[in-house]
Amino acid sequence: MIPLSYYLLLSGILFVCGVLGFLIKRNIITIFMSIELMLNGVNLSFVAFAAHWQALSGQVFVFFVMVVAAAEAAVGLAIIIAVYRTRETLNVDRVNLLKL
Amino acid sequence: MTPNPYLWLVPILPLAGAAINGFFGRRSSKKAISIIALGFCGAAFALALFLAAGFSSASAPYYFNLAHWLRSGSFQVDFSFYLDQLSLVMLLVVTGVGFLIHIYSVGYMWDDDGYYRFMSYMNLFMFFMLTLVLAKNYLVMFIGWEGVGLASYLLIGFWFTKDSAAAAGKKAFIVNRIGDFGFLIALFLMIKHFGSLDFTRVFAAVQTLPTETAGAGLLTAIGLLLMVGAAGKSAQIPLYVWLPDAMEGPTPVSALIHAATMVTAGVYMVARSSAIFEGAPMAMMVVAIIGTLTALFAATIGIAQTDIKKVLAYSTVSQLGYMFMACGVGAFSAGIFHLMTHAFFKGLLFLAAGSVIHGIGGEQDMRKMGGLRQYMPWTFLTMTIATFAIAGFPPFAGFFSKDEILWKAYSSEYGSWVFWLTGVITAFITSFYMFRLWFLTFFGDYRGTAAQGDAHGHDDHSHGHGHGGPHESPWVMLGPLVVLAFLSLVGGWIGIGGRFEHFLAPVFQSGAAAELAHETSGEAAGTGTETLLMLISVGAAFLGLFLAWTLYFRRPQLPARIATGLGGLYQAVAHKYYIDELYNVLFVKPLIDGSTEILWHGVDQNVIDATVNNSASAARHISDNARHMQSGNLRSYAGWVAAGGAVVIAYMIWMGVWVR
Repeated sequence: MIPLSYYLLLSGILFVCGVLGFLIKRNIITIFMSIELMLNGVNLSFVAFAAHWQALSGQVFVFFVMVVAAAEAAVGLAIIIAVYRTRETLNVDRVNLLKL
Repeated sequence: MTPNPYLWLVPILPLAGAAINGFFGRRSSKKAISIIALGFCGAAFALALFLAAGFSSASAPYYFNLAHWLRSGSFQVDFSFYLDQLSLVMLLVVTGVGFLIHIYSVGYMWDDDGYYRFMSYMNLFMFFMLTLVLAKNYLVMFIGWEGVGLASYLLIGFWFTKDSAAAAGKKAFIVNRIGDFGFLIALFLMIKHFGSLDFTRVFAAVQTLPTETAGAGLLTAIGLLLMVGAAGKSAQIPLYVWLPDAMEGPTPVSALIHAATMVTAGVYMVARSSAIFEGAPMAMMVVAIIGTLTALFAATIGIAQTDIKKVLAYSTVSQLGYMFMACGVGAFSAGIFHLMTHAFFKGLLFLAAGSVIHGIGGEQDMRKMGGLRQYMPWTFLTMTIATFAIAGFPPFAGFFSKDEILWKAYSSEYGSWVFWLTGVITAFITSFYMFRLWFLTFFGDYRGTAAQGDAHGHDDHSHGHGHGGPHESPWVMLGPLVVLAFLSLVGGWIGIGGRFEHFLAPVFQSGAAAELAHETSGEAAGTGTETLLMLISVGAAFLGLFLAWTLYFRRPQLPARIATGLGGLYQAVAHKYYIDELYNVLFVKPLIDGSTEILWHGVDQNVIDATVNNSASAARHISDNARHMQSGNLRSYAGWVAAGGAVVIAYMIWMGVWVR
């Protein structure tokens, strides 16, 4: 039996990787992937707890998250393609038309 | 108690005049202004005469409740007026002398640009003074009390473009405020202990209290506080300093407010509160001592003054001292009697002095007068009567009242020979300095320059016409002089045989009744002594006349030599004993320094301002730094969110560890 803390530690590492990637990277697709990474880090802790406490609600919640993430991926990739078509770049720092 | 619906009209009439002249005077002609000012003031006088004619001791006192004012539980104060023998005397003096001085002012102030303003202020003063005199409770009296202070301030500083006049006005107002502070606390004590400010109810409550012979109690406290108020308004030691400076005002103001009426308000108030004072012998003693000291002290200062109005100012302070002496020894009616005769002759002295000043083009220094007898015979004649009256020569008015006071100071149960002796010495000094003034002004040779311009003199009197030599004043000014001279001559006769005292007796029932009984029992022993004392005081007056004649008429070089001979003493007297300087060092300078250094620089700038400014700049600095967080860089926002989340998680973990 693998202890719960291992799962949580892995989940935390995944989440922090996601956060750092989100903050540091400029490529919009990498940022998008970092967000997915964060979501999945959280998912991991959900399922780990669900297994640990023998409760289903955590696993149910993970399904919800996956559905939302899928929807987000569909919409987000569409936006990325639209942005690339108009700006010819994937660097978020260049997508700054609304900035002052 | 009889209601009398005319009472409230007396003060209201001058108020109407003041309002009309104050609001519309700038655009009206001087003639219209004069008619309104004199008309309303004269109407008040006529009404006062009408009230006096209908006055009967049987139905007195009269009262009238005009309106409710304060109603709080059982405590009530109304706008109500009251007329008894005491207020009747004051009413006639105020309206009568006031009306005469109004007439005089028409001549004196005619050429002044602020003529309408002057007349409006004078009427306003009349309103407040009549309110003071006719009040039925202490609070309405206090309205008048403060109001006359206001009018006095406005009129002292009438030529407000002159620094000294503005400063004198402020000084008068501030010194009066100190006195008013005492008066107010006395009122609070009355409210607390008697639950009323109405004269009749307060005095009825006082009657039930025992006389505080053994120790000081409530009545002594109230009495002393009232005396503080009276000392401020009536220029007694230690608050007399404002009155000599008040001579910066136009001369009719000096005559009306700072000699005849307003400054006697303190005496009136003390006499009105006689019931309280009679219950507090210690307070009476203080009143008598303050009065006696003031009388002597101010008289000595009067000797060395060279400004004609300053001499009269110190003389006023000194005569007010006499009145307080009288009140202090329980002879309230004698004090009021002297108040009345003093109003006549001192008003006259000031008006005559004003006529002199007017006649020689604004000069007030007596050393530059002299020989004016031939130029202004009417002024000379009236001034002579007034001088003899104040010096206490029979049969002039001042003799009767002053003699009455001196006799009471000696014979009354509160009196003592010390008061009498000081009074006689003061009478001698009074006679001396008044005749000094008289000789310096009217005798010898004219020492001024014949053709004087406009740009000199203390009394910034702008003459439209080119000023030639000394000349007599117009009849509009001389008329009041003559009337007042007549009153100064005969005014004292009403006191013969104690008639005045009997008239006022119902007001000062308790004391006067005892005194009358005392007098009838000691009549046989008293008459001889009284005559002797009378002769002594008349002798003192003659001595003063003789000395003044020697020094200032026969051998005019002598005074200068005596002055140099006396050296330091003369300097001290000439500089008014350095009292102003002393007050400056003791009170004014510490106050100003304390306010500047501690309150202004210390508390205000370093604490209050600093708190406000520092909190503002701190807020700005913090915001300045916090502003950088909002950079518009999306990823830095995300970073802050992540950092915040990290902090929250760290906190929760730490708390969790701690709880467990």
